[in-house]
Amino acid sequence: MGTVISIILAAVLTNNFITVKTYGICPFLGVSKKTQSAVGMGIAVTIVMALAVLITYPVYEYIMVAFDANGNEIYNFQFLEIIFFIFIIASLVQMLEKIIQKISPSLYNTMGIYLPLITTNCAVLGVTELVIGDMSQFLNGATMNLGWAVLYALFAGLGFTLVMIIMSGMRERLNYYKTPKALAGFPTAMITASFICMAFMVFTYITI
Amino acid sequence: MNKYKRITLDGLIFQNPTLMLVLGTCPTLGLISSASSAAGMGLTVVLILTLSNMIISALKKVIPNEVRIPCYIVVIATLVTFARMLLEKFVPDLYDSLGGFLALIVVNCIILGRAEAFANKHTVLESAVDGIANGLGFTCALTVMGIVCEFLGSGSIFGLHIMNFSIGIFATPAGSFIIYGLSIALFVYIINLFEQNKRVKVNKLARENLLDKEAA
Repeated sequence: MGTVISIILAAVLTNNFITVKTYGICPFLGVSKKTQSAVGMGIAVTIVMALAVLITYPVYEYIMVAFDANGNEIYNFQFLEIIFFIFIIASLVQMLEKIIQKISPSLYNTMGIYLPLITTNCAVLGVTELVIGDMSQFLNGATMNLGWAVLYALFAGLGFTLVMIIMSGMRERLNYYKTPKALAGFPTAMITASFICMAFMVFTYITI
Repeated sequence: MNKYKRITLDGLIFQNPTLMLVLGTCPTLGLISSASSAAGMGLTVVLILTLSNMIISALKKVIPNEVRIPCYIVVIATLVTFARMLLEKFVPDLYDSLGGFLALIVVNCIILGRAEAFANKHTVLESAVDGIANGLGFTCALTVMGIVCEFLGSGSIFGLHIMNFSIGIFATPAGSFIIYGLSIALFVYIINLFEQNKRVKVNKLARENLLDKEAA
């Protein structure tokens, strides 16, 4: 139980992907003008992140390296992880797009337009790279396994969605105010984002 | 020669990928709190961008149009894997300071963007020049912001201690966001001023020509 809480808090608040790790900034700045599209993008990213880790983690741990009965390596091509991961993510996104188009056209209309953008989203490749690295600080003493990896990815995606929603709400309000001409557009968005980051810095005081 | 000058100026200033087009934001925001890691990231991107532009431009007749994006990604991912191995072996300090952002060069929009917008339509030499120009544009922007951010955040530049002074916020992503936003605003303002001056000059010249003609 301690591990579950520790992973959830770390993924959503203390190590939030946008405000602390600065992964996935392109959709964060590009698709946060309206709350509706921000929610759609956030949910799409969350699903792809969880599914991507569900596939890449076993591939990395069990397929890309093999041991014989004495524990000696038979082969090991884990150094090719980037190529494998990006290929898995690209095909996963393509597949999801086709499945959603077939099953629910209405969902496709609201979410499908964000799917092609997700392949080149740092957050997805970032989470698959993170979970194969050193995760001991979030695990509260437990050993890493597939379950923890997927849990981390899922809640990291939800943390991403949370910040997207906060940002889109603030940007919708900002439309009613006049900004100096030079600051219009990206600079205003970045300064807004900086205030969200400052707010999230409070959570770094949480210790588990 | 004029063609190469225009490509270079576009990449460095008028179409600067970081400040004018706002691409590749993740490594920018993640690394500008330290000038040396920002410069290291920039130079790695110069190398990978130039090579990927050249390879993609050389292969543009071979790659089928329908599956071009996966092909580009495989080329880029291979180059990033090489770069990662080289950095880990020869520059372990930089490898550690770049952290996860080294692998994320694969999904850096600048590299895929240049492949899609430039390299698949131009010759190998033009693509190489474009890669170097855009890479240096990215590097310069990152280094300048890195110097400002590191000085404000810890009172040092490139790790060299200068004075006992620090504003903690600039060592975190919040400060990086502020510096990046203000840099974009300043850069766009200067470019607009420059282009306005150019327009005024051209108009003035045209008016004088007209007056000369009328006088004649």
